[in-house]
Amino acid sequence: MAQEQKQPKKASETEEAPEVAPDAAVAERKEQLDEDIDAILDEIDDVLESNAEDFVKSFIQKGGE
Amino acid sequence: MSVRRVMGTEIEYGISVAGQPMANPMVASSQIVNAYASATARARRARWDFEEESPLRDARGFDMSRQVADASQLTDEDMGLANVILTNGARLYVDHAHPEYSSPECTTPLDVLRFEKAGEQVMLDASIRASAVPGAAPILLYKNNTDNKGASYGAHENFLMRRSTPFADIVKHLTPFFVSRQVVCGAGRVGIGQDGRDHGFQISQRADYFEVEVGLETTLKRPIINTRDEPHADPEKYRRLHVIIGDANMAEVSTYLKVGTTSLVLAMIEDRYLTRDLGLETPVASLRAISHDPTCTALVTLMDGRKLTAVQLQMEYLDLARKYVAETLGDDVDAQTADVLARWESVLTRLETDPMQCSTELDWVAKLALLEQYRERDGLDWDDAKLHLIDLQYADIRPEKGLYHRLAGRGRIERLLDDATIEAAMHDPPEDTRAYFRGRCLEKYADNVAAASWDSVIFDLPGRESLQRVPTIDPLRGSRAHVGELIDRCDTAEQLFAALTRQPRSG
Repeated sequence: MAQEQKQPKKASETEEAPEVAPDAAVAERKEQLDEDIDAILDEIDDVLESNAEDFVKSFIQKGGE
Repeated sequence: MSVRRVMGTEIEYGISVAGQPMANPMVASSQIVNAYASATARARRARWDFEEESPLRDARGFDMSRQVADASQLTDEDMGLANVILTNGARLYVDHAHPEYSSPECTTPLDVLRFEKAGEQVMLDASIRASAVPGAAPILLYKNNTDNKGASYGAHENFLMRRSTPFADIVKHLTPFFVSRQVVCGAGRVGIGQDGRDHGFQISQRADYFEVEVGLETTLKRPIINTRDEPHADPEKYRRLHVIIGDANMAEVSTYLKVGTTSLVLAMIEDRYLTRDLGLETPVASLRAISHDPTCTALVTLMDGRKLTAVQLQMEYLDLARKYVAETLGDDVDAQTADVLARWESVLTRLETDPMQCSTELDWVAKLALLEQYRERDGLDWDDAKLHLIDLQYADIRPEKGLYHRLAGRGRIERLLDDATIEAAMHDPPEDTRAYFRGRCLEKYADNVAAASWDSVIFDLPGRESLQRVPTIDPLRGSRAHVGELIDRCDTAEQLFAALTRQPRSG
């Protein structure tokens, strides 16, 4: 599913500009997207709480409302 | 006719004390509320007025300000009093075991969003202040709805409706809308079942906690349509529809569409415009089936035998809303109503093609996209603790730790408001409802406001033996247009009160 992740605006721009060699454009965009995703995951790795299992286990709430 | 209506939201935040899983959540919640109240109240702290009908001196009894030196020494009874009104007209308090922020009364979806987002900043500010006490462990707050271990807490919406609308009509037409709207405003959840015993992703935080179609309960046997009815307004004219089936959203577009589309559907119900019956054969089962299918292709069966996806069901409502607005407003449609319709259509169209196209607007899609990226990179299964952590931390309200905030900061999630607008709404009330009167009184005459509630402000005036209650029973009076100039002109609460009693309807 991750590969299908696209910016909707870019998709419609492509449709309006069919003269651009589609394979090259798609490949380039995918590469950019992959780099972007890598950067985001790296950033999130840095802020994720350490010891995921303990952290999630200790999040215990009482019901509310 | 439009998205305009008196409305607001109430959010209970998940709470934990860093490194202390057994910490008492009521104590921690009180520390949050008290930290904000102590830091912001200039003088005495106005209390929430619970008992409008009781002798007014009672209100004063629990108004006596007590500095809370050590919150851990509080009894449960004392902690029930952590309950303040803010100058933006909102209420900040402890509800059961969670800190809760109830927004002031607003009239547009964008204002509801603005004041709900201001509430997040109030909670953030409060948690920073509570954690700044020497020796205090940080208190962490999450804008989510479940601990994935069986407990759920609410994100409620309130909509003022005409009393003359039969409740049966509301149930009939709103149920299919509520069952399906999660594809737009679900917050996403890792875990299936109330205690998360099954592994996987679902669209809604709350779907698995709803068990009946209609009822009064909010904590047990939760109903899709809640029948609680305290209008906090003239009960002859109004009812307050208390909606308990929403998720707490981080994404601005999710909240905006949740409130805006619901308000439009309510307008159609009030105007008896909905003649098409979209009733579902099994609403509760359908609610879960839709939530458990992030591809948005699951079919639910209508009473008339048709089978539709949740997106198609939403499109039925969209189609009716478009016609309704065109017929009643035509070219005079206001900008926000037009914008809600356009965004609703845009989102539904893309959800039908490929839900992932909405990853920059909708919470559940943004969360799922991130989870899928992790699954792909690290080869994680849905039972992996890291994916549960991502789900939880998406809703962490701290800008440096919250994953929603990290995505929004990178421009990966669309914003409708800027930070300065939200920050101003932490302090300044909406201008077009009675929240304006409440908020301005708190801001300007704090020393003389003993208590307040949605429908009153109670003054303690020098030289008067009893407290003086100014009722604010009409949510649309007490606006800036009504009392702005008066409050500007009155330097003291006595002057204001004297002027109001000369013009008794001004409040």
